[in-house]
Amino acid sequence: MLVDPIIAILLTGALVGISGALLGSFLVLRGNSMLADAISHSILFGIAAAWLMTGQTSGPLQIIGAALSGVLAVFLIELLTRTRRLRDDAAIGLVFPALFSAGVVLINVFARDVHLDEHTVLLGEIGFVWLDSVMFAGIEWPRAMLAMTLMLAIDGVFVLAFYKALKLATFDPDSARILGLMPGLIFYAHLSLLSGTAVAAFDAVGVVLFIAFVVVPPAAAYLVTRRLVSMIALAMLIAAVSAPIGYWAAVWLDVSIGGMMALATGGFLLLAYIWRRCRDGHQRRINGVQAPPSSSA
Amino acid sequence: MLAFLTDYTLQNVMIGAALIGVISGVLGCFAVLRRQSLLGDTLSHAALPGVCLGFLIVGTRSMESLMAGALVSGLMATLLLIALTRHTRLKMDAALAIILSLGFALGVVLLTYIQNRGGAAQAGLDSFLFGQAAATARADLYPMAIIVAFALALVVIFWKPLKLMTFDPEYAAVAGLPVRLLELFLTGMIALAVVVGLQMVGVVLMTAMVIAPGAAARQWCASLLGMLILAAVFGAVAGITGGVISALAPGLSTGPVVVLIASAIALFSLLFAPQRGLIPTYWRRRHRLGHTSSDRVLLTVYELAREHGDWSYRVEQGAIDAYYGMLTEPLLLALAQRGLLASAQHMPDEGPHWQLTQDGCEYAASRSAQRRRDWRLNRASGSP
Repeated sequence: MLVDPIIAILLTGALVGISGALLGSFLVLRGNSMLADAISHSILFGIAAAWLMTGQTSGPLQIIGAALSGVLAVFLIELLTRTRRLRDDAAIGLVFPALFSAGVVLINVFARDVHLDEHTVLLGEIGFVWLDSVMFAGIEWPRAMLAMTLMLAIDGVFVLAFYKALKLATFDPDSARILGLMPGLIFYAHLSLLSGTAVAAFDAVGVVLFIAFVVVPPAAAYLVTRRLVSMIALAMLIAAVSAPIGYWAAVWLDVSIGGMMALATGGFLLLAYIWRRCRDGHQRRINGVQAPPSSSA
Repeated sequence: MLAFLTDYTLQNVMIGAALIGVISGVLGCFAVLRRQSLLGDTLSHAALPGVCLGFLIVGTRSMESLMAGALVSGLMATLLLIALTRHTRLKMDAALAIILSLGFALGVVLLTYIQNRGGAAQAGLDSFLFGQAAATARADLYPMAIIVAFALALVVIFWKPLKLMTFDPEYAAVAGLPVRLLELFLTGMIALAVVVGLQMVGVVLMTAMVIAPGAAARQWCASLLGMLILAAVFGAVAGITGGVISALAPGLSTGPVVVLIASAIALFSLLFAPQRGLIPTYWRRRHRLGHTSSDRVLLTVYELAREHGDWSYRVEQGAIDAYYGMLTEPLLLALAQRGLLASAQHMPDEGPHWQLTQDGCEYAASRSAQRRRDWRLNRASGSP
């Protein structure tokens, strides 16, 4: 039943969105959104390298190997920033294009005529996820959906187990350090999981569209609510609903499904933006004074 | 070799690559210095829908229409960026990532829309993702050259305000410059650089062409003019080398090769630039460390304690480092091992501090007295 094309596509899209939104919420709050960009581009190097070594692009070993290149990118960015020769933005902009380029060149040189080509990696092909299936726990699963399900489970367990530490590390890293919660370690664990999730998702939506699922739903939720729990829940809901909306819009217009799902999250961001603007305007009228916009954080 | 240089396609590739290198190097310097490096990333990803729209409207793959489309979508992206950061509590990083991913998603949707409607002309549109140098025609070079000349002329005309904006935006605002307009202007210039690079480097990797030459040049130069010139040279070298390599090796996308070369230049500069390079800095520090005696450091701590009238005065390690212009930790640790200094904590969140021990105080006092005696003796005897 899971290999039914429509169910496979909808569920995989929703899983990508939900796990991206779950991890992305902390990223957006910490002001590190562009690390999602860096990680998701950098894993291309890991995917290409893992493919060269094992001849496979999916499987637990490949996911871990490719995820390591995302962590490598974060490590290199920190290293470059620490030398104080570059600002952090320039460090990000130097590291991930280099890793991404190395990945594309590896694919160009070694992986001609195989199913791993740079356009699939960049754009994904969620329309075909149901074609590649494996048996697991007695059910036939599309491979990408199985990988996403397992990653979501790991992400969920991590967030639930370390919720307090994550929250404090996000809002007040200094207190977290004093309390011995090791915000640095939490940060790396969080980004490793983001990296692993990006690898699991690349088959479906590609490395660039994944950024949309990580950043846009949390940003939309952030405009609407001020509580962390409700922000995460709302972000996951937006991401999950965007999958079917995007799918039907894509089928209707005969265009890229992954791209349309990403655009659907953008639609929710637009709604949140309008809602926030109206509310702020309303608040100003009630107060009768020119209150500063609720923003400028 | 001569045949190589006169080959028509290669000539086009080299001229085009040089143009891209020069404009992205020069304009990228401003982005790097203004801590807006990732703006180039967002603007280049967001150029994809513009390219597709340009194609949809004109119906052919003409360079002018695609460039115009990319420029329009770059400006749209800039306006959205401003709307998101000014009117909501979203920060710059989130706004950049949002516009980048949604812009690219729109581009992908339009790309598939064009592809699914067929037509042989769409074939080349894909190459805008990673760039294809060999596809550069002589006719493509003219609009590129015009944009480059235009952008460089603007930099020359607005040199003073741009320089002020880059290094001291507060002062620029106080001095009455239209800061917001200039910001928009600089962002538009980066969009121009992206537009020029679309054909050869592609939308995904233009970001590196904006950042790498500027970041590399910064390591060698301390003046803005020198940095701009050097960045232009670096950019052109990376562009030409990468363009030629990928044109000669079929199947290699141009963008990644160019970016790898630009990154190598940046890495080399970070490591070896004489003033700021990591390796020369390391050697200078080692040299100084070998030529500074630990007794001198102890005397510095002693003098500071005496000046403060408190023999257990805590001296911050960072202050000693700054005074000697090097990392003095090995010397301080050696002194601590000899029992002359003890590490001390001032406040929980401050760096390491050091204070004299009883032994250290006595030893430093005797050394200090001895030094003063020597000095007086030298002066009395008139020896240098």
